[in-house]
Amino acid sequence: MTEPLKRPPQKNPQKRTISPTLPPYLRSRKAIAFSAAAAEGQLAMQVCGQCHQVTYPAREICPKCWSMDLRWETIVDGGQLIAETKLRSSINTYFRERMPWRIGTVQLDAGPTALMHLHGDIKPGGRVKIIARTDKSGQGVLFALPEKETPDMADDRQLRELTCDPKHRRVLITDGRSELGRSMALAISDAGAAKIFVGIAEDWRGYEGQDEMQQIRGVELKPLDITDTISVDELAGDIGGKTDILINTAEHVRPGPTMTRDGILTARDEMEINYFGLMRLIQAFGPGMRARGADGDNSACAWVNLRSVYALSNWPAYGAASASQAAAHSLAQCLRGELAGSGVKVVNVMHGPLDDAWQQPLPPPKVTPGQLAGSVVQALQQGIETVALGPVAEDIVQRWKDDPMLLERELTQVARSMES
Amino acid sequence: MSSESGSALRLFADAMSAGDIETVDLTHALDPDFPVIILPPEFGQCAPFRVEEISRYDERGPAWYWRNFTCGEHTGTHFDAPVHWITGKDHPNATVDTIPANAFVRSVCVIDVSRQCSEDEDYLMTVEDIEAWEKENGKIPAGDWVLLRSDWSKRSGAEYLNFREDGAHSPGPSAEAVKFLIEERDIVGFGTETVGTDAGQAHNLSPQYPAHSLFHGANKYGLQCLSSLDRLPPTGAVLVCPPLKIKGGSGSPLRVLALVDRSAA
Repeated sequence: MTEPLKRPPQKNPQKRTISPTLPPYLRSRKAIAFSAAAAEGQLAMQVCGQCHQVTYPAREICPKCWSMDLRWETIVDGGQLIAETKLRSSINTYFRERMPWRIGTVQLDAGPTALMHLHGDIKPGGRVKIIARTDKSGQGVLFALPEKETPDMADDRQLRELTCDPKHRRVLITDGRSELGRSMALAISDAGAAKIFVGIAEDWRGYEGQDEMQQIRGVELKPLDITDTISVDELAGDIGGKTDILINTAEHVRPGPTMTRDGILTARDEMEINYFGLMRLIQAFGPGMRARGADGDNSACAWVNLRSVYALSNWPAYGAASASQAAAHSLAQCLRGELAGSGVKVVNVMHGPLDDAWQQPLPPPKVTPGQLAGSVVQALQQGIETVALGPVAEDIVQRWKDDPMLLERELTQVARSMES
Repeated sequence: MSSESGSALRLFADAMSAGDIETVDLTHALDPDFPVIILPPEFGQCAPFRVEEISRYDERGPAWYWRNFTCGEHTGTHFDAPVHWITGKDHPNATVDTIPANAFVRSVCVIDVSRQCSEDEDYLMTVEDIEAWEKENGKIPAGDWVLLRSDWSKRSGAEYLNFREDGAHSPGPSAEAVKFLIEERDIVGFGTETVGTDAGQAHNLSPQYPAHSLFHGANKYGLQCLSSLDRLPPTGAVLVCPPLKIKGGSGSPLRVLALVDRSAA
C-alpha cells in the first residue's frame, strides 16, 4: 500500500536547498532512441528485422543472429517480477540521497529480462506493467508498476521521481484571461495542486469567466503580462522561488500568411507573445526552477509549453503564426538543454487547431481548451515530455517523423495553401 | 517690450522663479500598466508602453543606465494631429512635425462638467454647458485650447475604460458642442481626461466620433488622457503641449503642462 503523500511542510529557512544530483546518465547514441521514446511515454525496444528477437538494452547488432537490422518498436508492456532487492548503499550520490531504493529483475512478456525500478505496491513474484520514462537526468529508464491500479499509487516516492504530479505542488498558469487559462486552472486544481497562481494581463479591462476563475480552489490571481519584461520580473521576484510547475497558456494566433497581411504588427504581436514572452519567462523563472529541481516533495519539476503542431512544419493558412510557433519550439529545445540535469522536465504539448475565436472558421476536428488542459495534467501525472494531442496533431507529428520534406510539400501544395 | 527688464518674457521668467506662476503637470506617467484604447480585435491595435533595459551599471554597460521604450503614437497622455482622422488627412501641416509650433503654447479654458459625469458616465457636454460656462467666465477666445474636465483621471483600473459588453462608457462632447467650438469659437484644440477626445459610446453618435471627425476635419488638435484638470482655473492658465517631432506622425505621447498665475491668490 502506498502511503498517501502529505502536503509538504513549510521549508526550514535555516537549511540549504538541496542541489539536484543525477542518476547515471551516460548512454550510447543508440540508447538515446530509448530515451526519446520514453519522453513520449512509449515503451520501445529494438526488434530484429531478421529473427524478430527483442533486445534490451540497446545494441548495435542483434545478439541472437548478429543482424544489423534492429528497429525500434513499441512492445507489449506486461511482465513478471522474478527477483528483487532494496538498495541500501550506493556510490551514486543521487541514489545515496534516496535510500532505500527498490529494484528488481523482470521477465518481459516481449522476451528479454531487464533490471528496473520497482513500484512499492508490486507483490514479490507478481505480474507487472512496465513503463519507460525519463528520469531526473533526462534519460529513459524502465519502471515496473503493479499490473492493476492500487490506491494512491501515483504517490509512490520512486515513481514520483519520474513524474511531475501537480499534487501538492505550486503551479503558475501564465495567462488566465482565456477559456484555456480557466480550463487549465480547473484541471490543475482538480489534480490536487497546493496553489495555482494565475497571471492576468491588463487587469484594467475585464475578461470572460472572471468570476468563475476566482472560485477555483487554490487560485490566486497575479498581475502578469508576458509582453512586459518588468511585469514578468516582478512576478518572478514574488513567486519565482515557489513555482514548481510553470504552464505557459499565453498565445497569440491570427490567421493568414504574409501577403494577405498589411505590415508586420500582427506578426510582431505573435512573436512578442509566442517567442519573446517565452524568453522573458525563461529568463525570469528558469534560474529559480533549475535550482529547485530536488527541493523535496514539492520540488520544481516541469515547464509546460503548449504549441501548435504547425511549429514543426508551416501551414500557410496560419503561416505567420506557424513561424512564431516554430521560433518558440526551437527556444523550448534550448530550454530543455538549459534545464538538463536540473530535474525539471520540459513538457511540450503539440496540438492541432484550437476551438477558439481565431480558428472558428476551421472545420473539425479541433482541440477544446478542456481537452488541452486534461492532456497537460495527464502528461504531468505520467511524467511524459512530448504529447501530440488530437487527430490533427497526431497525424502531422507522424508524417513529420516519417518524412519532414514530404510533409512540407503536402502542407504547401496548391490545395492546402488555397485554404488561406 | 521696450527694455529688456520690462519685456513680457522677462516678467514671465521672474514670475516663474518667484513661484508666482505655478507649473501644473497634466500628464500621466508612461507606464506599462496604463490603459490604451481597445478596438474590436480584428482591427489593428495601439501598442502599450514597454521598456527594455539596455544596461544598468552591469556587464551591458558598467557605469550607465538606459533603456529602449516602445509605444504607439496614441499611448498614454497624447496629442492627436488632424491627420489622425480621415476627415483631416488633406489639411496642410496636419502631422505632428509640421503643425505650427505656436499652437502648442496657448491659453486654456477648462469647462467643468465633472458633476454631470459623476451622475452619468456617458455624459455628453452640451452647447448649453458651454454657454453656462461663458456666462461665468466670458466668451471662449478664438485660438484657445478647451479642456473638458470630467475628473475621469481620478479613476483607475477597470473603472477607467469602464468596458462593458457594449463597449466603453465614458463622457465626452456632444456633436453639437463640437460644432459650436469649431464654428462659433474657432478654438485651436480640445482635450479630455478620458482615453480619447470622444465619449466611450461615441460610435453611436452622428457623426460617429464627432470630436475626432469634426475637430480634425476642421484642422483642430486633440489631447487626451490628461490628468489634474481639477487644479486649473476655468480661464487664465497657459497650456504647453508640444508633441514629439515624429516625421509624418499622427500624434505623440507628450508632457502637458499648464502655467497658472498664483500671484493674485
